[in-house]
Amino acid sequence: MHDMSAHAVPHGAPTSFIRKHVFSLDHKVIGKQYYALALLAALIGMALSWIMRIHLGWGSFAIPGLHLLSSTGAPGNVLTPEYYLQLMTMHGTIMVFFVLTTAPFAAFGNFFLPIQTGAEDMPFPHFNMMSFWVTFVGFWVLIASFFVADGPTLGGWTQYAPLSAIGSVGGPGQGLGVVLWATSIAIFCVGQLFGSLNFITTTLDMRCKGMSLMRLPLTAWGWFITSVMGLTAFAVLMPACILLILDHVAGTSFFVASNLVINDQVLPHSGGSTLLWQHLFWFFGHPEVYIAIVPGMGIVSHVLITNMRKPMLSHRVLIYSMAALAVLSYMVYGHHMFVSGMNPISSLVFSFPTLVITIPSTIVVLMWLGSLYGSKLRINSASLFALGFVSMFISGGVSGFFLAQPSIDIMLHATYFVVGHFHLVMGVAAMFGIFAGTYFWFPKMTGRMMNETLGKAHFILSFIGAYCIFMPFHYLGIAGNVRRYQAFTDDYLIPLIPVHKFITVAALVTGFAQLIFVYNLIHSRFKGAIASDNPWQGTSLEWSTATPPPHNNFGDKMPVVYHDPYQYSVEGASADFIMQTSPEKINSPNEEK
Amino acid sequence: MATTVHEPPKHDLERLPSQGSGNGGWRNLVPADGDLPRVKDHAPPPASTGIWVGLAAITMTFAAFTSALVVRQGAAPDWQHITLPSILYFNTLLIIASSVTLEISRRRVAAFMGGIKDRAANPARWLYITLALGVLFVAGQTFAWVQLKSQGFGLATNVSYSFFYVLTVAHALHLLGGLGGLVRVIAKLHNSVLRRSTLDATSRYWHFMGVLWVYLLFLLWMKL
Ligand code: HEM
Ligand SMILES: [Cu+2]
Repeated sequence: MHDMSAHAVPHGAPTSFIRKHVFSLDHKVIGKQYYALALLAALIGMALSWIMRIHLGWGSFAIPGLHLLSSTGAPGNVLTPEYYLQLMTMHGTIMVFFVLTTAPFAAFGNFFLPIQTGAEDMPFPHFNMMSFWVTFVGFWVLIASFFVADGPTLGGWTQYAPLSAIGSVGGPGQGLGVVLWATSIAIFCVGQLFGSLNFITTTLDMRCKGMSLMRLPLTAWGWFITSVMGLTAFAVLMPACILLILDHVAGTSFFVASNLVINDQVLPHSGGSTLLWQHLFWFFGHPEVYIAIVPGMGIVSHVLITNMRKPMLSHRVLIYSMAALAVLSYMVYGHHMFVSGMNPISSLVFSFPTLVITIPSTIVVLMWLGSLYGSKLRINSASLFALGFVSMFISGGVSGFFLAQPSIDIMLHATYFVVGHFHLVMGVAAMFGIFAGTYFWFPKMTGRMMNETLGKAHFILSFIGAYCIFMPFHYLGIAGNVRRYQAFTDDYLIPLIPVHKFITVAALVTGFAQLIFVYNLIHSRFKGAIASDNPWQGTSLEWSTATPPPHNNFGDKMPVVYHDPYQYSVEGASADFIMQTSPEKINSPNEEK
Repeated sequence: MATTVHEPPKHDLERLPSQGSGNGGWRNLVPADGDLPRVKDHAPPPASTGIWVGLAAITMTFAAFTSALVVRQGAAPDWQHITLPSILYFNTLLIIASSVTLEISRRRVAAFMGGIKDRAANPARWLYITLALGVLFVAGQTFAWVQLKSQGFGLATNVSYSFFYVLTVAHALHLLGGLGGLVRVIAKLHNSVLRRSTLDATSRYWHFMGVLWVYLLFLLWMKL
């Protein structure tokens, strides 16, 4: 039989405003939309963290105007204990889902994956458009919970049962708030599934001539591996959320045990399993932390290589390590449940792969360090943030070795030690990856350069600030400071309050430093210097097309690829870099076929 | 390349790289010396990769439901055994039959596209039959839910019923997507814009729904 359809029909350039900027099918516009959403979410999440930090440092300080957010949650502009937890939950949820997943993966991936693979667009542009708009709706469903009767849920971003499943007897936000939370996340999952579908097929089927898998840049590999994780992880979280919603609205008993008495009320549920939620959640949750970080690993490698003017020690080992992280990330989830009452044998079983997963992480780090060693790194905002990423990933990763052992984790679980661990290794590192990507790709995305002086100032303040905030967390945790407390009134906690005050000041300063970035972003968008097609002398396909790229990415001639993505400083070559599309014959030891 | 059923495409081995993306795919490596070999194999059309990716996600979703069922059953003494409504077995026959009719129609359409006219009479007819069988299946499932409900067994009666409803409704919703796909295939066939890959992807989805249903029936029968 004939093969009846060789490739997806590329859609023509849109003409109406709505099609161009709102319901766009163009992966580049969708990427920017994701970026804008992530930026908005990050600002909201940051504002929430300020409110929490002020409350933790100076519990009675009245924050002017806070009662406008909630008159019951902040009477007299001071947070109630419950409202503190509600804001904390929203902070975590917004940051993990709508910033750390959307920006490095969905935003940059949408914009650059098709370009780097040499495609005109994603194969299913309608799914791609829906991916963004579904995520957008999910975001506002979550935000809507600020404005319902008793506010958003207070259960934490992990929403442990039974608290999350018992309804409003559990406290403010535990009724409608949880339902909105679970609905929002289920919607979000659908959006990311559509996205992953497109990412995977783009990588496998849409590559241009000559673009073998091994010739894909590390960024493309990062997004591809992430989309495989996304496809499997979000497909599990969504059913979990559906079961949680049913426990609320249909009176089922998936997660609530029999005869549970809360606030002197016997709950009508029977026989539910509280651990079931934790299993489902962490089966998603651990891969999710790698969904947040693997795109950043790709971006950072890409940025470092371009600025070192030499490839990584081994392209393949980096790819295999990222893939190993993805595979292992499904086998380790139980390390979040060491103290959940799970069978101790299971703890042992989960502890082993958790220690194993440090091996690919370490290899990735050694690849970066080994390649950086002796290189003449160009210092600019992008490369600085890439270095910052490496630094944060190491500092945060080291604490993982400790947590991986059940006997130590019993003491450190649910303390600020864990909070320090994941903020450095996931939160700050992934944010630095986003920043590195932004400074690096902004010229290609908008046609203008960002301001380097502001960028470097932003880096220095953020780098020092992040350590000032998150290093003391480890100390607090070792001292026994439990997490998710809104005030520290116990005897053993009172001496730690000065540390909290220090952290609060650091958080405010670092937060304001982010406004430099926002200013730089907006100002450069309109007033920045005009960017050339290849301002960093890069080699991959995004640099061989116009700035900003035309609607079908490459104009009327599709690219043909002759080289691996990182041919820098090749001996005997005509220039210090050879673009993937250059037909020049070279004799390079690290050429990928 | 808009290929229609009325106009079989030329097998163009001479495609130039400038003709668009999607013709790269798995294997066509260009040697580093820049000598472009002729494009020997076309990449699989994205729809045929995409459908497997989609099915993988659906598999994960139902795997999650299954493990939830197993964990929840092990956790508590309140597990009730239920007798499945017997119409489910009849529905199973319907969905298996629909897979058979869909395969027949797929062959007819292929013959039609290949220009073998005598074997290709009215290729849409079997698609309509498949569609009808699919609609009957959903009706049959609805009957089962209504019947259970009228006997007083609701979603929250016992957790076995909760799982029964969740699994069967989730499957039916996915099946509605398949029905939508069939309608789309029929419409495209009438407008002569059906691509082979669309038909293949839709039928893979449909067969998968059948396999998934048989699995679910077995699971429910064994566990509930
Ligand atoms: C070096 C490898 C790593 C090891 C061995 C490790 C180990 C652990 C362990 C055992 C916990 C549970 C602590 C507890 O709750 O008591 C944990 C928590 C966490 N880890 Fe890691 N980790 C590693 C790397 C990472 C990375 C790369 C990320 C993110 C990109 C990450 C994100 C998190 C998060 C978000 C939590 C806490 C979730 C919560 O309870 O809210 N970890 N880690
Ligand atoms: Cu983990």
